[in-house]
Parts: sequence; structure tokens; C-alpha cells
Amino acid sequence: MLKISNLHARIEEKQILKGINLDIKPGEVHAIMGPNGSGKSTLASVLAGREHFEVTEGSVTFDGKDLLELAPEERAGEGLFLAFQYPVEIPGLTTTNFIKTAVNEVRKYRGQEPLDAVGFLKLMKEKMSLMEMPQSLLSRSLNEGFSGGEKKRNEIFQMAMLEPKLAILDETDSGLDIDAIRIVANGVNRYRNENNAVLVITHYQRLLDYIVPDYVHVLYNGRIVKSGTRELALELEEKGYDFIKNEVAV
Amino acid sequence: MNDGLTTIEKTVLRDYKYGFVTNIEADEATRGLNKDIIRFISAKKGEPEWMLEWRLKAYRHWLKMEEPKWANIHYDPINYQDIIYYSAPKQKVAPKSLDEIDPELRRTFEKLGISLEEQKRLTGVAVDAVIDSVSIATTFKEQLAELGIIFCSMSEAIREHPELVKKYLGSVVPVTDNYFSALNSAVFSDGSFCYIPEGVRCPMELSTYFRINAENTGQFERTLIVAEKGSYVSYLEGCTAPMRDENQLHAAVVELVALDHAEIKYSTVQNWYPGDKDGVGGIYNFVTKRGICLGEHSKISWTQVETGSAITWKYPSVILKGDHSVGEFYSVAVTNNRQQADTGTKMMHLGKNTRSRIVSKGISAGYSNNSYRGLVQVNKNATNARNFSQCDSLLLGDKCGAHTFPYIEVKNKSAIVEHEATTSKIGEEQLFYCNQRGIDTETAVALIINGFAKEVMNQLPMEFAVEAQKLLAISLEGSVG
Repeated sequence: MLKISNLHARIEEKQILKGINLDIKPGEVHAIMGPNGSGKSTLASVLAGREHFEVTEGSVTFDGKDLLELAPEERAGEGLFLAFQYPVEIPGLTTTNFIKTAVNEVRKYRGQEPLDAVGFLKLMKEKMSLMEMPQSLLSRSLNEGFSGGEKKRNEIFQMAMLEPKLAILDETDSGLDIDAIRIVANGVNRYRNENNAVLVITHYQRLLDYIVPDYVHVLYNGRIVKSGTRELALELEEKGYDFIKNEVAV
Repeated sequence: MNDGLTTIEKTVLRDYKYGFVTNIEADEATRGLNKDIIRFISAKKGEPEWMLEWRLKAYRHWLKMEEPKWANIHYDPINYQDIIYYSAPKQKVAPKSLDEIDPELRRTFEKLGISLEEQKRLTGVAVDAVIDSVSIATTFKEQLAELGIIFCSMSEAIREHPELVKKYLGSVVPVTDNYFSALNSAVFSDGSFCYIPEGVRCPMELSTYFRINAENTGQFERTLIVAEKGSYVSYLEGCTAPMRDENQLHAAVVELVALDHAEIKYSTVQNWYPGDKDGVGGIYNFVTKRGICLGEHSKISWTQVETGSAITWKYPSVILKGDHSVGEFYSVAVTNNRQQADTGTKMMHLGKNTRSRIVSKGISAGYSNNSYRGLVQVNKNATNARNFSQCDSLLLGDKCGAHTFPYIEVKNKSAIVEHEATTSKIGEEQLFYCNQRGIDTETAVALIINGFAKEVMNQLPMEFAVEAQKLLAISLEGSVG
């Protein structure tokens, strides 16, 4: 589904990604772990198409299409979703209205008819119970005054509404207490099926207790230096990132 | 992204979709302003002698006055002798009914989305259509007359209802009030007159649609609304003009009078031609709007959505004379490219327990300048006056300006006056977030600004809210690269 080959990217003059290779197939959950500054969030940004990052080498294909050629909104239309580490606030725009616009823009991209009010409400009701999303958040301005946990829950709810093929969770666990992590993880697990995939980017192992990955990759200094199964994450937690640094140095 | 901007900018220009000119023969005055022109206008309208005297008095005052220079706007001097002060579409016979209106004029208004055929009209809205200097049609007159409501052109009001006009014209905005109101008083050619009798709640929206068509002309309309005791009226005006390279002057005066327990809600959707992206052409919009809450427990509410004009200079105000009266001002002013707006309000608290509320939302893009200027005045006898002001500015890009000039004068210790102001920018983060959800940048900007302006947009009559929202989005298209 997603194939990243030898991806290099920089911001201004600073080279951050230095040759990433990654292959994600439908039904899989991949986790990318790594110390601060290793390039984890940059990878998420480059995949979603954020400005200011320049791809200097390599390629990314998504369902056979050259992802890097597409505008951010086209990538979303193709089924790529990014749950933000810091979701933005938009005063005066209700969460419901925002999500309805997003759902219908994505449908338009896919050549589908827009959902009418009734159809949208039905979809929303269904996903709300699935994701344990309270109605009160949906009628408020987008993320305005939301707690950290509410913002992340809103991200996962949007994911459920947009039904992407690939969901990238960028440090979704940061700043959340254990109850909030569990709710978010439950949402992700309910969304998973054999046709979609999840890329979890995290600093800590603990999220992976709830969203169990098939593969774990360690990102260090712009490269994936080690890949393995879930055990690798546990080993990292036990030994700390220094163990990787030492291994790379050798 | 930079190349994208130019293509989008082209769409912006194309998107002033009211820029067409109607080819119709006009009956015009010669250029320039003098006593003979004023006599000509007055004669054209078949006015009584007192009206001509009133105009000449205003003209004499105007000659002694100077154009105000305090606003945060810049423009080349206006040559008042180069303007045509009267231009009327030639119609062979005065239309007796709506069916007799020149089809070309009818088509002009159809193109603007204003149907003059009552059966096709949105139910619940009566329209007075003004083109250049004259009113060409007023719909639903008979139905309104059954309730005793008078809704007609100002010219007709002067002929048919002189006692009302004499009593109220110039009572809120005196002839000598300011340079542009004095000019208007001398040369105004038409506008709307509404009179709501005691205890009547006007069952439909009243609206006037102003259109400038002819070249080199100025439009000077005059609107007067009187709401008798316990009455209610909601009034809306809309404005457009053709795209021309020259600047055209629009200097209107609007007066509102609310008696005991009466309420007037006045909404404006102003979309005069703003000029091109380099600031060539566009309307100079110098307007004086003021209402007086004459009676106790009366209420006047101004709502404006200002997206057009090269220059906007207007301060819809309320004199809170009656005890317990309420004044409100809700404004969204959008400036793009080289547009300049200096707009706001004055709330003058004279009566006891008077309240006012100001919500101003300024949106600036391109190289434009957007200023809020407001005065809250509490007089000696205005015990327990309350004011709340909220002024928010939103910037798109880094070459535009937003300014806030709040003035507060309080002479009574019991007054409570609050002022809040914020300035924010549409951030790249907000846009990227929307993009990531499949929403393109243009739509994202529309969502963000409509969210920003929501509190004001909610005040508009339902029939126009959707239209106004689209207008906001169109005015800012291409402003984010």
C-alpha cells in the first residue's frame, strides 16, 4: 500500500531524513520509535505533504501513485490520514461543520455524491458510539478549549469518519493520561481491518500495549537502523535509546 | 505556491460578477455642482419649494465646509466639479405598474439576482430598486399599505407624505453634520422611505437594492425609516456597481427613528466595485448612517457586511436618547488587494439605563488597510449606562494592516464600559490541517473566516445570510497563496 524508498528530506539547509525505506501492506500496523530529533515527525509531515520540507531524493508510492506529486488535500482524498500531534483550533467553526466539509470534499475527490444532512447525521451517530465521542464536543468550535485528551479523541473520530486506507498517528499518546490513551487506542483498534493500515509514531512503548504493532522500526538520525517485531519495542523500553545509539556507533 | 497565486488572483478579478454595464439611455445633468444643478434635480423630481430651499441651504453650508482628513485612508483629491450629480435611466413613460418597467432594466436586476416580479420574489421580502439617481420599482407596496406601512422611494415620499418627511428628514443627521452629509442633503436624488405605524410588526423584510450604472456619476441616496411606538421593522440594503477604471463617489445618508418600544433592525450587504488588484477604480463609499432611539425601551440594531468599495468611510451610530433604549452594531469588514476601510460606530448614551453592544470583525488581506474606529460616549445624565465592545481583526498575509481606534468618553460614574480586542492571523498550521482533511485552501479560508465572522453573520436575516457568507469567501479568494 505504502512504499517508501530511499527517502531523503530536508528543512531549509538541514538534512533530516537520510534514506528511509519502509513497506506497509494492508492489514498491518507499523510502529516507528526513536529518540527526540530522530526525524519521526518529519517523516509524518513529508508523507502528509506539509510545506517547507523538501524531498531531495527517493520516492514514495501510495497504492501505486506517486504520493509526492500530490497536494496535501489530494493525498487525503487518496486515503491518507494524519492524526496531528498538535491539532489546531479554529474559532467559530463547529467541529461538526468542519468534519462534514472534510467528508464531502473527500467524497467529491473520489467522485462520490456529497452526503446530505440526514446521511451525514447517520454516519456520525454510528461513528460516535463506536469511538465513544461525546456530542458536546462536536457542537463546539473545532478544538477550541478542548483538553489534550479531547483533541486527540477528536483526531481519532475524524479518522473514523473519513475511513482512510492509511492512518498515521503522530505521537498521539503525548500528553495523555492512561485513560485517554485507552480510549484513543480502542478507537484505532475498532477502525482496523484487513484493508487498511496504521503507522504509529511514538516515543514510548506504552501506546503499543494497546495498539499492538506487527512491526517496530527504530528511527535514529534520519534512518531506520533496526526493525523487528513487538519485542523490539519492549527491549527499547528496557534498555533505553542509548542501546541503539551504541549499536549504531559500533 | 507563488505561481498559484497569480492564477487565483485572476479568478478574484473575474469573480466580481456584478461588474457589467447596462446599455440604457440616461437622462443626465451636466457635470459639476452649482445652484442650477440643485434646481434641476429638484425640478426633475417635481419637488415642493420647501424641499428646494432645504437643499440650497445644505449647499451653502457645504461650500463653507472642508473634507474630513482624520480617517486612516488615503486618496487623491476628489474633483467635485467633475461628477454628474443626476443620472436617470430614460423610460418613455413613468411605469404605473411593475409590468411596465423597461425590460432592459428588469434584466439588469434579474442578473443581480433581484426579481422585480412579485410572484417570483422570495416570499417575505419587499424590494425598492434604485438605479443611479432614481428608484425604478417598489414591490409589495399594496400589501404593505393595508397595514398602514409606507414603503416607497424618497421622491414619492416628498410628494405624497410631506408632513412626515418635513418632521424627520435631517432630524437625526442634520444638514450641517459633516461634509458628505451636507453634500448629500444638497443633491440627493432618491432612496427609500419607510414608515411603520404604531403597534405594527412589519410582516416582511423591506429591502432596497442600489445599483450604480452610468459613468462619471455619483450616487447620493437618502434613506429614512420611522418606526412608531411599539412597531418593528427589519430592513436590508444591497449595493453593486460596474467595473470601471475611474473612482465613483457614493455619499449616502441614512436616518432611523425609533419611538417608544419600537425596534429597527438595519442590515447592509455592501458589495460596491472594489477596484482592481492594483487599486485602479472602485467606489468611494462615504456614508453617514445614524439612528436615534427617541422613545424609551426602543432598540436600533445595525448589521453590516462590507466587502466592496475602494474606500469605505462609515460609522453607523445610535443616539440612545430614550431611557432603557438599546443600540447594537455588528460589523464584518473585509478588505483585499488595495482596498481601504475606516469603519466603526458611535454609541451616544443620553438616557438612563441605556445599553449598547459593539461587535466588529475586520478581515484584511493583500495590501489592504482595515481600521475600526468607534466612540462610546456616556453623558452626564445617562445613569447606569452599559457598553460592551468587541473588536477582532484577522490578517491574511503580512502586507496588510489592521488598526483599532476606540474612543471612550464617560461623564457618569455609574457607567460600565468594556472593550476587548484581539488580532490573529490565519496560520499555515490551520490551512495545512484543513488540507490534510481533504479541504483545499480556498475552502479552508472560507471556513476560517466564516467562523471568525459568525457572531455577526448570525444577525443577518436568514434570506441573506447564505449569500453573504459566499460573498465573504469570494472577496478573499486568492488572498492566501
